[in-house]
Amino acid sequence: MSHGTLIAITFGLTIAATLGLMGWSFAAMRSAERRADALRRES
Amino acid sequence: MHGFANPARFLKIARPLTLWLAATGLIATAAGLAAGLLLAPPDRLQGELFRVLYVHVPTAWLSMAGWTGLAVASLVQLVWRHPLAGIAARAIAVPGALFTALCLATGSLWGSRAWGTWWQWDGRMTSMLVLLFLYFGYIALANAGDERASVSRVTAIYGLIGAINIPIINRSVVWWNSLHQPASISLSGSAIDSSMLWPLLVAALGFSLLFGAIVLMRMRTILAEARIEARLKRMAAA
Repeated sequence: MSHGTLIAITFGLTIAATLGLMGWSFAAMRSAERRADALRRES
Repeated sequence: MHGFANPARFLKIARPLTLWLAATGLIATAAGLAAGLLLAPPDRLQGELFRVLYVHVPTAWLSMAGWTGLAVASLVQLVWRHPLAGIAARAIAVPGALFTALCLATGSLWGSRAWGTWWQWDGRMTSMLVLLFLYFGYIALANAGDERASVSRVTAIYGLIGAINIPIINRSVVWWNSLHQPASISLSGSAIDSSMLWPLLVAALGFSLLFGAIVLMRMRTILAEARIEARLKRMAAA
């Protein structure tokens, strides 16, 4: 494995994992806040 | 501090702050990593391989800062019974565990070339692995309790006791013989040339802002789920 490949793997892994967790957390937050608002309007 | 004990007041600040942290974090991370890849000169001994530090160091810093924040939140929960402290600690655990795993993975990949070994049971690497298991233990304990909007006292005490590992990680390269180099950046100065240092500081700031955005998103999720649970209980009782 060349140094370039190793750098690409480490950068790619870190960026993908960070953005992945951010996207997942954002989706969970939007879904929970929408459900909470919908329930509040219902009752 | 108790001014933020009201979730409505907290949310009023957290909503715009989440967006601000995410946006500035993305810009700073992209700028720091791009500068680290394109502008920083190759290292005299390691050549291009040293560039791994632009992702390894921020993840290492955040894995330790994450547990420090978790321990402070646990202390605030135990001593002052602040209602948001348990939520904050719970929200830190998953991103903290992820950054610890990334620190170990990037360090191991770098070590395979720089040291000729993927892993060594020395003080720094072993104490970082212990930190990863501490995060796993915290997540399991937090999810095992009945309290969804906070964490139990036992979980908070665990968070506090786990903080013992943070100075051990920090001092491990001084206390024991290690393949890992001693700290290059300290309060008294830096052993890294400024042309290599500034992209690292920008990347570390960017990842820290993203970490903050993730924690705020997770805190908002926990608060929204608590509101849902409370409303469903009220509706069922009516």
